[in-house]
Amino acid sequence: MNNINSQAKKLKKINLKAALSLASSALLGTSVANSSEVQGKAVDEWQFDSAFLLYSEVDRVSAGEVIIAGTKGFNNDEVLTLKLTIDALTGASANGAVAQPNAQTFTRPSGNGQYVTPAGDTPLDDTFHDTRVQLNSQWTQPLTDNVTGSVGGHLSKEYDYLSLGVNGNLAYDFNRKNSTVSMGLSYFYDKFTPEGGIPKALSSMLVGDSSSPDWDSDFANTRVGDSDNKTTTDMLVGFTQVINRRMITAFNYSYSMVDGYLTDPFKIVSVLNSDGIAQDYIYESRPDKRVKQSTFMQAKYHFDNNLLNTVADVTYRYMWDDWGISSHTVDTRFTIPVKSTSYFEPHVRFYQQSAADFYQPYMDDGQARPRFVSADYRIGEMTAVTVGAKYGMLHNGENELSFRLEYYRQMPTNGGFSEPSALNSQDVYPVVEAIIAQVTYSF
Amino acid sequence: MKVNEILQITTLKSQLPKIKLSILAAIIINLTACSSLGVEPWERDLLAKKEMALTSSPIDAALDDHIYFSKEASSGGKSFGGGGCGCN
Repeated sequence: MNNINSQAKKLKKINLKAALSLASSALLGTSVANSSEVQGKAVDEWQFDSAFLLYSEVDRVSAGEVIIAGTKGFNNDEVLTLKLTIDALTGASANGAVAQPNAQTFTRPSGNGQYVTPAGDTPLDDTFHDTRVQLNSQWTQPLTDNVTGSVGGHLSKEYDYLSLGVNGNLAYDFNRKNSTVSMGLSYFYDKFTPEGGIPKALSSMLVGDSSSPDWDSDFANTRVGDSDNKTTTDMLVGFTQVINRRMITAFNYSYSMVDGYLTDPFKIVSVLNSDGIAQDYIYESRPDKRVKQSTFMQAKYHFDNNLLNTVADVTYRYMWDDWGISSHTVDTRFTIPVKSTSYFEPHVRFYQQSAADFYQPYMDDGQARPRFVSADYRIGEMTAVTVGAKYGMLHNGENELSFRLEYYRQMPTNGGFSEPSALNSQDVYPVVEAIIAQVTYSF
Repeated sequence: MKVNEILQITTLKSQLPKIKLSILAAIIINLTACSSLGVEPWERDLLAKKEMALTSSPIDAALDDHIYFSKEASSGGKSFGGGGCGCN
């Protein structure tokens, strides 16, 4: 009898966990580890997810990232998640200047020394080395039978960057817990202390003899301070609906306000003469406010035996902001079971964005200096595709080992800018290719 | 106006609340159709599987968010877009 009672108690707990999982999943997605995994474990045991990721661009940036996340369930269905992320970045990043038929010399962001880009090459600044440590914590608990609350904190520190964040979420289940409405708020404070300080927006990059006695004072004249900061306030409302035994859907709307220093201090813009030859490089300038909005939709469907019990996961996001950027993202995954202890998961992602109003791949020296300008291809017109697959297997019955390999390709496009003759033979919108390799172990 | 017409209009007027009621009823029925969506607790066998969770791999999602946040102009949507790194 005792045994039956304890089994019934355990079953009730598992059901509550499942409900909690549904409620929290609408909003808390990445912040809370999957509690269906927690279900399988005793309530007071820790469950860990660990991963190593290698992101490597052809001829550009390489990054290694390690994550270890621990999740612990408590007696009253509270869930605590702690996550440590460490990443190291090295390699070269596009500085914003356009390729030229002749070699180009640029000053490093620190002002200490210069680098030369050969004729015909996209100018890349190869001084990027950074290590980042990030800590996340999230506490989730039922507040009433139908309401789940969650609060979390975030701390991230790099050599030149500090980020602090908090978030809070509420989810309300109804319709036999088949429907969930949720809303969340998050606030981030970021402080940027770039090497060499904050450049004066639109000022010319100092290029010349860096050993001259006037160099340091001339360089200091192009700076406005040592650091700057920004704040990000995000609001998110979500609705999750179980359609039937095989299908679940989610809909989100988010509103994000970013205030402060949004310029990239390392990016410059080429100023060209009428032939297309660079006469000057100026530091980019972006507005100090940005409002982003997005709608997000997701559907998951569990096919039957005829389609190998495959689970299809399809998401679509439409994002727009007051900088004039809008984007479409379609992300699809198919989880196909292979035997009873492993699975294969193909993944395709398609992304397309329009350019910010102030994006220009280069400027004309006859053109009046605009208030805002950036040649950063990441806010220009672009299409990107990710194709890859993951293979996962259960190890010792419940621990999971998985491998993921993906190819990411960014294809910037000309959004209608005319090209002066010197650029005819140059690659103004170079393709960026990257490999993403990841090993994950959950235990 | 003939008596018949007056009678017809009066009848129509008296029917108006009924028409309004039936429209309201139709709307309510449609809304409650939403509540017929879903499953009973004992039908959650497939939905309870890990691969059916909306974020079935939080680690992959976090890593992907970080990559695309630093390489594209969009972020968030599924969860918070946030700040968090000076990624270049």
